[in-house]
Amino acid sequence: MTQRMFICRCEDVTVAEVDHAIGIGLESVEEIKRYTGLGTGPCQGKECTVALVHLLLDRGRITASAVQPFTARPPAEPVTLAELASLAELTGPAELAAPAELASPAGEAPPSGATP
Amino acid sequence: MSPRPTLGSRGVALPAACDVAIVGGGVMGLATAYHLSQVSRLRVVVLERSYLVSGASGRNGGGVRMQWGDEGNVRIMMESIEICRGLTQELGINLWFRQGGYLFVARTEAGEARLIRNAELHRAIGAPTRLMSAEEARELVPDLEVSGIRLAAFNAEDGVVFPWPFVWGYAGQAIRRGVVVRTHTAAIAAEPDGSGMRLRLSTGEHLRAQIVVNATGAWSHDLNRSLGIALPNRPHRHEILSTEPLKPFLNPLVVDLQSGLYFSQSTRGEVVAGITVPGGHDDGTVVDQRSSLRFLAHLGANLVALMPRLGALKVLRQWAGPYDVSPDGEAIVGPTPGIPALLQVCGFTGHGFMMAPAVGRILANYIAHQQRHPMLERWDPARFAGGATLRREDMIIG
Repeated sequence: MTQRMFICRCEDVTVAEVDHAIGIGLESVEEIKRYTGLGTGPCQGKECTVALVHLLLDRGRITASAVQPFTARPPAEPVTLAELASLAELTGPAELAAPAELASPAGEAPPSGATP
Repeated sequence: MSPRPTLGSRGVALPAACDVAIVGGGVMGLATAYHLSQVSRLRVVVLERSYLVSGASGRNGGGVRMQWGDEGNVRIMMESIEICRGLTQELGINLWFRQGGYLFVARTEAGEARLIRNAELHRAIGAPTRLMSAEEARELVPDLEVSGIRLAAFNAEDGVVFPWPFVWGYAGQAIRRGVVVRTHTAAIAAEPDGSGMRLRLSTGEHLRAQIVVNATGAWSHDLNRSLGIALPNRPHRHEILSTEPLKPFLNPLVVDLQSGLYFSQSTRGEVVAGITVPGGHDDGTVVDQRSSLRFLAHLGANLVALMPRLGALKVLRQWAGPYDVSPDGEAIVGPTPGIPALLQVCGFTGHGFMMAPAVGRILANYIAHQQRHPMLERWDPARFAGGATLRREDMIIG
């Protein structure tokens, strides 16, 4: 692999960028994902995880027996929001019922959730 | 060439003693460590039980807003956003900070009244929030389905960040300034030690510190329990998703006050969206980070109803993270009742990330120089001793 070679084609992460991450002390697949963005694009790591593991093995950062991939996130493959919206019927009518307007100024306590 | 900062590692040597031991390598602990390294010569150690960015700081939606319902919260977020403006340069890392504004939409008379009251408050304080009609909101977000929307409120200075580099940036600069950041090391118990405290670590090591800061957020219950401290903050599971990236098409982060749905487009191009699923319940003190199909379905239905064009957009991944919820919605920051050497910086109820730039500075100035920011009075951990507490804020929306 050359330094200019892409290791994650979805997020344009190069071998040089992964080497930089290794150089500042990051050692696991989870950390390198969160530092470089590797594996967060449309393939969700299906293409790049193995290439990253080989690179980490080459660099002597991990041993084959101890290597862990990053946590797989659902869905298994990309799904449109419209398809997901159609599932709302399957999860019961309560799922679609919007809660009443939250937290009236009169002082009713809002639910524990919050928006960023 | 300046020396390269290293990020925290499991291999870094710990001193036997330090001035300030910060438990929790999330944005709150690392921002505090970074500011301590700026305003003092105190010896600071940060302990993270996993890797950096593994907890709630790596799981939140990255929204930063000054549109709050209470003056103190508006002011602290004005402070935080002001810090964010220069933080990419200060930390030397791209935070993907983008001020596209927050657009709140209200569908009921009560919601409309809240937006009007907030806008008056914001005007008095100097936060540039303006009210707009549904039609004006659609000019801002052309594909919004605005039927049923009575009023909207927009603040152009609110925005979004990408949370991951935020955490790395604080860690890298803190380490560069002499802070020790040790990962994969949990504080499993703490006991009083002279005027300070002694921490027992998962590695078998011990660390003595004059001051210990519990910055573990939704996990803070565990360390507090080891000391017999009963504070009322509890974890609450919140789910979120992100989609395939698109070219920029959505400027503000949009919040529907009625459903609690929020969505934004990050600078990376993906749509990040969350909502609290009705009927969910939390199990006591245990942090639950499972994700659910119920969430995907509920979010999909609400988001497609509000912006039908997004129906064709594909979801790439979903995950969950904990809010650290306090009973009155106010953070819990300051000395622990009965144990003054243990400071809490917890209970931010889903808004810790956006407040961290300001809170890190406030807490550092408190630790190093005993400066008391006005918010420290209402965030006092001792306030729960008297029973019921006052809820000031009603812009906590789930």
